[in-house]
Amino acid sequence: METLMSILIGLFFTIGTYLILSKSLLRIILGTSIISHGVNLLILTMGRLKTGGPPLLGEKFIAFTDSLPQALILTAIVINFGVTALFLVLSYRTFKTLGTDDMDQLRGIEDE
Amino acid sequence: MSLFYVVIFLPFIFAIFVPFIYKLFTPRIHTGWFVFLVPLSVFLFLLQYIPAISKGNTIFYDLPWMPSLGINYTTYIDGLALIFGLLITGVGALVVLYSISYMSKHREALHNFYVYMLLFMGAMLGLVFSDHILVLYVFWELTSISSFLLIAYWYQRKSSRYGAQKSMLITIFGGLAMLAGLIMLSMLTDTYSIREMISKANVISSDSLFLPAMILLLLGAFTKSAQFPFSIWLPDAMEAPTPISAYLHSATMVKAGIYLVARFTPVFGGSSEWFWIVSGIGMITLICGSVTAVNQKDLKALLAYSTISQLGLIMSLLGLGSAAMYFGDGDASTMYAVAVLAALFHLINHSTFKGSLFMVVGIIDHETGTRDIRRLGGLMSLMPVSFTLTIIGSFSMAGLPPFNGFLSKEMFFTGVLTVIKYPVFGMEAFALLVPLIAWVASVFTFIYCMILVLKTFLGKHRPERLDKVAHEATIGMLIPPIILASLVIVIFFFPNVVSHNLLQPALVGILPEFAETGGIDVEIKPWHGWNTELFMTVGVVVFGALMYRYLKKWSLFYGLIPQFLILNNIYNQSLKLMETISLKVTNRYMTGFIRDYLVYIFSFMILVLGVALWLSNDFSFDPSNDASISLYEGGIIFLMAITALSVFFANSRLTAIIAVGALGYLVSLLFVIFRAPDLALTQLVVETVTTALFLLCFRYLPELRKEISRIRFKMTNLGVSIGVGAIVTLMALSVNNHRLFDSISGYFEGAYTLAGAKNIVNAILVDFRGLDTMLEILVLCIAGLGVYTIIKLQLAGREKE
Repeated sequence: METLMSILIGLFFTIGTYLILSKSLLRIILGTSIISHGVNLLILTMGRLKTGGPPLLGEKFIAFTDSLPQALILTAIVINFGVTALFLVLSYRTFKTLGTDDMDQLRGIEDE
Repeated sequence: MSLFYVVIFLPFIFAIFVPFIYKLFTPRIHTGWFVFLVPLSVFLFLLQYIPAISKGNTIFYDLPWMPSLGINYTTYIDGLALIFGLLITGVGALVVLYSISYMSKHREALHNFYVYMLLFMGAMLGLVFSDHILVLYVFWELTSISSFLLIAYWYQRKSSRYGAQKSMLITIFGGLAMLAGLIMLSMLTDTYSIREMISKANVISSDSLFLPAMILLLLGAFTKSAQFPFSIWLPDAMEAPTPISAYLHSATMVKAGIYLVARFTPVFGGSSEWFWIVSGIGMITLICGSVTAVNQKDLKALLAYSTISQLGLIMSLLGLGSAAMYFGDGDASTMYAVAVLAALFHLINHSTFKGSLFMVVGIIDHETGTRDIRRLGGLMSLMPVSFTLTIIGSFSMAGLPPFNGFLSKEMFFTGVLTVIKYPVFGMEAFALLVPLIAWVASVFTFIYCMILVLKTFLGKHRPERLDKVAHEATIGMLIPPIILASLVIVIFFFPNVVSHNLLQPALVGILPEFAETGGIDVEIKPWHGWNTELFMTVGVVVFGALMYRYLKKWSLFYGLIPQFLILNNIYNQSLKLMETISLKVTNRYMTGFIRDYLVYIFSFMILVLGVALWLSNDFSFDPSNDASISLYEGGIIFLMAITALSVFFANSRLTAIIAVGALGYLVSLLFVIFRAPDLALTQLVVETVTTALFLLCFRYLPELRKEISRIRFKMTNLGVSIGVGAIVTLMALSVNNHRLFDSISGYFEGAYTLAGAKNIVNAILVDFRGLDTMLEILVLCIAGLGVYTIIKLQLAGREKE
């Protein structure tokens, strides 16, 4: 399972990186989104998969899956959500103000 | 703190008050009168050391600065330091006196002028009296900086700024090289004190760092003292006001390098490298300077090149004299020591006559409005005093009796003739060359001295070519050069006063082995019989006169020197080249495209991680401990891969957004499988909101265009992306197989007893690691505010405009 997950995460990173390297702002945001999925899964995978029951004490399991990565991912998801939302609105503003979403044309001012 | 330090730092202390004095008394009293007291009092103070020094004693002071680092301002006063101290303050006092008449109190920013000058004076004093190499370096750079400020005193002129920048670049370059050399020396000897280094000279000479340290140190000395090929800054430094040229660029700062060489002769001297480099470069500078000086049309430029040439002379004498250490004692040693004595003697003489010559040129400039030799002429009857002073200075420089230059020139010839008598360091083959170069350089020196006197003061006076009506200068301006010129004559008639009191103690400082024998007792005599040296001087006069007579004919030869061989052009071209190259290089990789920078970042990441993984040999792949895969899970993972790929290939924005949303739901499904209920919940909600947001913006975002870019570019992107993915996979696999210790999550399983919670994840979030959660809330808060600001406020601001 971990091996398969590692390969899947690698695929996520590949696609995410490729999208980030593209010209369109929307693709870049989608790329970061995919990479963040990859990161979350990576954290989870590194904590070993399926070694016990869910980390709920009332359920009479003997062993639990590692709870710490889950807490970390939960934090990461929320932060990532905030950043993505900001990003999205920023790109919306950029397009509204500058009339383009092409990264090649967004190169700062001429006399920089 | 000894009184000595108060006196030495007096220029610095006084510099603070100069602006106030300027504000208070201008234009009633010239600020220079107040400043004049500073060098005068320091000069008088230093005079009291002469009796002790001439007896062969040395004086030691210590002022703690950073004792924990071993950096103290230790002072060691011996003959060498005292000569320089007296020159700096003596010439300094005269220059200040001269500047009172030269610099107008109505037009010039005198407070700047005197602050810079006092700064320089203090730095120079600190430099020569310092025994601690790092303190010496601090003062060394201070002289560079104050000199930079003084050259650009008229900063509204382009040429001033150019000259200042040039001198700054060259002297700072040398200064930094010197610092490296000094640090090497302190590493070798484990001390910062020059005295202690000298006592450990044999440790240094046997080390492999000996040569690098020497060359770096000499770089500093040569750049400061305008030796070949670093001499180019000095002629451009002539843009400074004339008092400054007289002070810095003839009498004091350019001799800092000479001082350094003299000071470190006991450390490096006696080796063939030191002998060859110092005397060789000195000789080259001597001949190049004197030959170039003849061709100058500007009086100050002529004097600048003559300064370069004379500095080369002193430097070569110091180099030759270092052979005395090789011989230890005996006749040869004494003969070579005479060269060092000649160097010191000429150092003093040069300061006197060159200082007065600069001042006279300043007077000519001030009274006629030009320094161009072609426009001047026939000033003899109009400016008789200046004429007399020029004759004294020039004839002394040319080495004619009855002026002090004659004596030191004769000693210089003695020094170079010694090489024939006692050849060292494989000198045999070139022995004849040294006196020959010296002699030819002397002939050229004679020629430019004649140009200086004859072309300026003789010939026909042509008032129509001058901007002003020429007349003699005021007495205030003439007094300082008169004092210097009378010194020129006095030293000729009483050379031994100088020799016994200053030169011989200084000689012991440079060549310590003479300390036991009480120094060498050379009687400097104006008349020393018909010997080779005298015949050489006669030859110089005869040939010089002849060549001056036919100057017009052979000076055409100067036009034949190809442009690219002129050092100045090389400097300018290389500076320009450096700028273009660095601009090109920067423009090449700083493209302004974020994509390019991302490619750099990702490639660097791949490179570093890949190489680290490869070098550490830590990659391992062992799926035996993996959790099992059921068909259902395999199906989900396969589905995820397909969804991710469909984002990759999507051409419509809606497809892409929906696919990313689907990916999010599939991830939450995985969370369910991996026993993470809280994660699954959050992921579901967040993904829904995010997709909604995407769809909200979607209306306003443009349609996705097909990426039209060159295939090579696409391939680069693809390569980088695959690289990133591969590295991440490899890392993940390796980490999976390297578990060094167990998870700490066992502790959190006691959540119920510790925190009263049954949901471990939630207990961690709000109890065990609550701080993270608080700050995460802050992040959300800021993001919310940001979104609000971007949408609301900026729009409003724009619309108002």
